[in-house]
Amino acid sequence: MEEIETEEKEETQITNEGSMQERGTNGTDVEEGETMREPEETQMEERENNREMEVAPALIAVHPFDKSVAVAVGSDLRVFDLARKISISLADDSRDLLHKDCIRAVRFSGRGQLFVSAGDDKLVKIWDADTWKCLATVNSEKRVSAVSISKNELFVCFADKFGVVWAVSLDGLNKIQASCNKKAVPILAHYCSIITCLDFSPDGRFIISADRDFKIRVTVFPENPLNGAHEIQSFCLGHSEYVSSLAVVHNSDYPQGFLLSGGGDSTVRMWDINSGSLLCTCEVGTEVGLSNEPHAAVTDLCAPHGTLVAVAIQSFPGILLLGCDISAKALWVLKAVSFPGETLVPTSLGASSSAELLWTVTGVSNLPEFKASSCLSRVRVFSGFKKTDGTINSELSLLLDREVPGGEKLLEKLQGGVSSKEIEVISAAAADAVRAAMRDLLLKKQYTEERREFRKRRRNDRKLKR
Amino acid sequence: MPFRGSSSLRRHPLRCFESVVAPPLFRSSGTNRSIIRYAHSNPLNHSGDVKKIEFADIGCGFGGLLICLSTLFPQKLMIGMELRDKVTEYVKERILALRAAHPGQYQNVSVVRTNSMKYIPNYFDKGQLCKMFFLFPDPHFKEKNHRRRVISPHLLDEYAYALQVGGVIYTITDVEELGDWMKTCLENHPLFEPVTEEELKADPVVELLHSASEEGQKVARNGGQTYRAVYRIASPM
Repeated sequence: MEEIETEEKEETQITNEGSMQERGTNGTDVEEGETMREPEETQMEERENNREMEVAPALIAVHPFDKSVAVAVGSDLRVFDLARKISISLADDSRDLLHKDCIRAVRFSGRGQLFVSAGDDKLVKIWDADTWKCLATVNSEKRVSAVSISKNELFVCFADKFGVVWAVSLDGLNKIQASCNKKAVPILAHYCSIITCLDFSPDGRFIISADRDFKIRVTVFPENPLNGAHEIQSFCLGHSEYVSSLAVVHNSDYPQGFLLSGGGDSTVRMWDINSGSLLCTCEVGTEVGLSNEPHAAVTDLCAPHGTLVAVAIQSFPGILLLGCDISAKALWVLKAVSFPGETLVPTSLGASSSAELLWTVTGVSNLPEFKASSCLSRVRVFSGFKKTDGTINSELSLLLDREVPGGEKLLEKLQGGVSSKEIEVISAAAADAVRAAMRDLLLKKQYTEERREFRKRRRNDRKLKR
Repeated sequence: MPFRGSSSLRRHPLRCFESVVAPPLFRSSGTNRSIIRYAHSNPLNHSGDVKKIEFADIGCGFGGLLICLSTLFPQKLMIGMELRDKVTEYVKERILALRAAHPGQYQNVSVVRTNSMKYIPNYFDKGQLCKMFFLFPDPHFKEKNHRRRVISPHLLDEYAYALQVGGVIYTITDVEELGDWMKTCLENHPLFEPVTEEELKADPVVELLHSASEEGQKVARNGGQTYRAVYRIASPM
């Protein structure tokens, strides 16, 4: 039944090989198979370890009160202070403070005090969102796929590639003294499925995790989560493909709110958080004319107001707006807004709860053809992303580069360059890469027959028996 | 046709190494709950009054325990979950043969091929089950593979979700190391509490753990020792 190896397994394999080679160089305990390896096998192994082909989509996060915007492209974290209109340099103290591999998740806390970033370098960095000092660096055992901060800002939760969610207490975090090392505690796990998104319910009672199978799990977030979060409130089951993004909508009538989720089956669904029952399903693939496309997956959701939901769809150059009525528990398609004359597929969306701006970013960590000018991205901003009563179509309009708050200075910082010509060229090439990146990230890996045979031959549990 | 275990057994050879971690066993169309409720072979199920399954044997193997429980609790619906398809087929045939041989009996038992470690929430509602059985699970000795063990701290959360308050989880193994592990996992889990010795003595199911399943009989034949851990969902404070 070793049909499709999971990524999880691959990771352990890689670390094992690393230690094996170490033993080899020490000149002791070299296994026969290691030295007599066929060239074909070595090649295959190289390919396996070569993670350069893996690209990470660009991410964006907006401060809840519009104080700053952060964009992560590859290992590069770029922050622009919107209030003071200056770009912030994170690299001032030492190189140690920065990420060394692709960033996979960025998030502001609900009150805007903290910011977290985490990714493939197995580091979770907690930043002060005012001074942009790194308050703590947490070492994860595995690569990190999702991150979130509890509503009371006492805990940072992150999920690793093994489907385990960890919690770190922020208690005693010293705002003045930098980087004390904190230890993470596992609190819950999805059984061997990569967690794609983590979120908290508006009242902070539940932690919600979505995975690459189809599951959304709602778990009671206890007062002291360091003893584990064992009580499952509900499972939201209904997606037929991976779940890629979560958002919670709430208003004063429904303070507990409802859960929105988007996934690989190109639907956006609304759930009751308490019972896990499906309230509404909105097919979005057909709405943007991509019903025939195999990858019209929802890649990101953004719903800060509770009446409007912005949806990023893979291979759709623009965004789709959904109307949302919390009291009627309904979702419907308002309109699709595309970028005129551009082929940008947004990889991530962001909006604050106060302003009427919707931020989008497009980009990938690295492109093989553009070695020198890699890590470019394109940031576009819509205005008019505001509360409506649902009946009037909202007037969403794309801002020109000079109209963007912070202007060219902001774009230069967040995009990594401002020359529009250059960016046009890059973004055209990036569009394909973005598509591939999103697909790589979200679809399960399929291995060829020969590759599977090869892996079977190198299974190390058999080796032990020999 | 009377039930003949040995010949069926030969037709369904064991595949011992089935990875529980690797592939998805079905492209899920979301929830399976309704499907499994009706697929259950109890004819009572189709009469509109849908009864819920209350016992689940996780990794039922050849179904020895299920068969015994079926006559012991004729009013309860029970399901066996097994990963190996041939073994599942065998159990299916076994149940059908028993039904044919004993009309009216064994209607409350069924088997499904699934990866229970992945899909438990797809099959059961919250608090649906009153008994769960884990008999002689795969020991997975290597530390690296401990996460594949069917009793693990994080998976217990899901079992606690499927079990009702007071619902009992029965585990037994002939591997001391695994026995300790399962006991420790259950002991440390805040939602489970141990079932007292007196209650265990009074429970007719406990005896079956040792004697009913094929694996248990094998251990008894060889005079091996077994390690048992029985816990129940504690009522919330």
